[in-house]
Amino acid sequence: MVTQRADIISRLQNDILHLQGHKPANASAIDVGLDAISAGLPEGVFPTGSIHEFLTERQEGGAATSGFIAGVLSSLMGSGGMSLWISSDRKIFPPALKSFGIQPDRFIFIDLQKEREVMWAIEEALKCPALTAVIGEMNNLSFTASRRLQLAVEQSKVTGFILRNNIHKLNPTACASRWKITSLSSSSADDLPGIGFPSWRVELLRIRNGKGGTWQIKWENNSFHTIASNSPGLQDQKRKTA
Amino acid sequence: MRRIRQGCKIKKGKQLEMPRRFVSIWFPRLSTDWFAIRQPHLHHVPFVLSAPLNGRMIVTAANGPAVTQGIDTGMPLADARAIIPSLQVIDDKPDLVTKLLKRIAEWCIRFTPIAAVDEPNGIILDGSGCAHLWGGEQKYLDDIAERLKAKGYYVRVAIADTIGAAWAVARFSKELLIIQPNAHVEALLPLPPAALRLEQGTIDRLRKLGLRRIQQFIAMPRPALRRRFGAPFLNQLDRALGYEREVLTPFEAIKDYQERLPCMDPVVTATGIGIALERLLQTLCKRLRDDQKGLRHVILKCYRVDGKIEQIAIATNKPSHSVNHLFKLFEDKIQGIEPALGIELFVLEATKVEDHRAVQEKMWQSGDGLEDVRLSELIDRLTGKDGVQATRYLPAEHYWPERSLKPAASLHEKLTSCWMVVTLRPMQLLADPEKIEVTAPIPDYPPMLFRHRGKLHRITKADGPERIEQEWWLQQGEHRDYYRVEDDTGNRYWLFRLGHYNDKSYQWYMHGFFA
Repeated sequence: MVTQRADIISRLQNDILHLQGHKPANASAIDVGLDAISAGLPEGVFPTGSIHEFLTERQEGGAATSGFIAGVLSSLMGSGGMSLWISSDRKIFPPALKSFGIQPDRFIFIDLQKEREVMWAIEEALKCPALTAVIGEMNNLSFTASRRLQLAVEQSKVTGFILRNNIHKLNPTACASRWKITSLSSSSADDLPGIGFPSWRVELLRIRNGKGGTWQIKWENNSFHTIASNSPGLQDQKRKTA
Repeated sequence: MRRIRQGCKIKKGKQLEMPRRFVSIWFPRLSTDWFAIRQPHLHHVPFVLSAPLNGRMIVTAANGPAVTQGIDTGMPLADARAIIPSLQVIDDKPDLVTKLLKRIAEWCIRFTPIAAVDEPNGIILDGSGCAHLWGGEQKYLDDIAERLKAKGYYVRVAIADTIGAAWAVARFSKELLIIQPNAHVEALLPLPPAALRLEQGTIDRLRKLGLRRIQQFIAMPRPALRRRFGAPFLNQLDRALGYEREVLTPFEAIKDYQERLPCMDPVVTATGIGIALERLLQTLCKRLRDDQKGLRHVILKCYRVDGKIEQIAIATNKPSHSVNHLFKLFEDKIQGIEPALGIELFVLEATKVEDHRAVQEKMWQSGDGLEDVRLSELIDRLTGKDGVQATRYLPAEHYWPERSLKPAASLHEKLTSCWMVVTLRPMQLLADPEKIEVTAPIPDYPPMLFRHRGKLHRITKADGPERIEQEWWLQQGEHRDYYRVEDDTGNRYWLFRLGHYNDKSYQWYMHGFFA
């Protein structure tokens, strides 16, 4: 009786997920190498073909988030594929993408004059199956708009990354996940002077069919690595919060 | 020369062409008119142009007052002076007539797309399907004649079904200048043989035989005519009568890929424009596909009833002959057309055409997806909107950060050099470096504190300096010493000091944010 009920519940959950546009991960799913974060992701795989929302605070946050996304994209784009970077106020410096393992010439940057055109451009781009990913920078994302984007990617299997600058007006969205990336003091091996590998505090605030959480990761040798909890970086952080 | 298709109607698989109409403009006194325009006092004074021929001065052109007093071209100048002692004489300019005709033919493009110079003293326009835009042939001819007269040229303008007939009527007909369709044979009958553009010898022989009107010999058996006057005579006759097609060499070459769609009733709605555009695109794209070409830039010109031309243009990143795609690009812009009282004629003109070979479909995905048609169609759609730019960057071989990348000339340009990986570059770069206040302990050491946008940052870690010299062959200025710094909150910045520390004029700047 108990097992039967559990079966029904899991079947219903799957049905709901299916209706929500979630496609079960298949064998060809790309492992983006998020290390420990994978545990919180649905079936341990970064959901491609859906919309991910990133909250960014100030320009420093934007840079950190761009770095994290570039790291994810380097696995997603692999050896082939093009991505679009859509914004009305672009600050990204393309040569930096190279240090995250992507050729900057595999991005096409779309610059628009008006903020409200960005939404239109992102939606159009997400409908194009020839792309791997679309990164859009916008201030706000309404629930309806996020639904439209989600519907667009369900056909095309493009992965969308939305960078939201205005984090003071948070509203529910239909995005698959909501992330917040902040910079973390870098640590270098053997306490060498200078700046170490880029490190971030990754907060997975919301994820459909997964479990959120907070992790500390760094980008080293072209892949993500979880920072061990006893690393000096984390100790610094703890001391500050204490 | 490719003949343009002029609104051909397809009926039962046979092409029925629009009736062809030609306009002949005759300038009886082109060169003297030109001098009179420049020197208005010559208007009412008899004057001639003269040039030396065989050691004698010969009159090459005479103006109206001179002609009425009996001076003719070809007359020795001395004789002309004897007739009018006060005759003004101006040296003729060689090539003047040719240059003038060319310039006027260029100006005549407003009346028809096909204008040709007709040496020695005329211009031929292909007016097929044009006259209705002026509200009839009478108004069409009146407009041409009036505009030229306003400029100061004396002209005679005639319209007929054949070039030969229009030429003849403009020069020899007394009153009738509009020859109705299919009436050109009757119009030619009373004219002298010279109206057939014959050689002087043939004209003399005809006169000797008493054949002073075309009607006197037009019914004669052709073998007899050929025997007496030769094959060129028959050719000229056939051309005037329209039995043989005469090829017009337009002054300006018509674009190879151009489609026209005249409308019976003026089109005023966006839907109507859409339908017209789709039909034009279909015919144009079919021709392009057959020729293995693709469009890069195309203009839709809408000729309005009131004489104004509305036009919209689209461009693609990759040659395309897909009707759907091109139509989509036009779709947003159709709203921008102001039809006013209606549009009578649509012209779709491909201004930039490139080779577009059919590509074999690949069984597996290869390359970086840049060659994908769907991607270039998406970019076309996005950049079709005003103010939207799509840029792909390629590395430029410069260390100076702002110059280390360049926009690709086309979205499909190949990489020629590598992206630099030796030194880290910030994720976000400020377009203009922002001045910061800095506390730095010793020369060439990274700063301890800096204040940016009113916020104090305490630096805990730093790398540098990385000195980047100004490229003197491009721009003069100080070098920059870049430091990569991390503050106590973990954010990483790119700072630089412009100039040497020793100089009193150095200044610190914030230039970017690292991930």
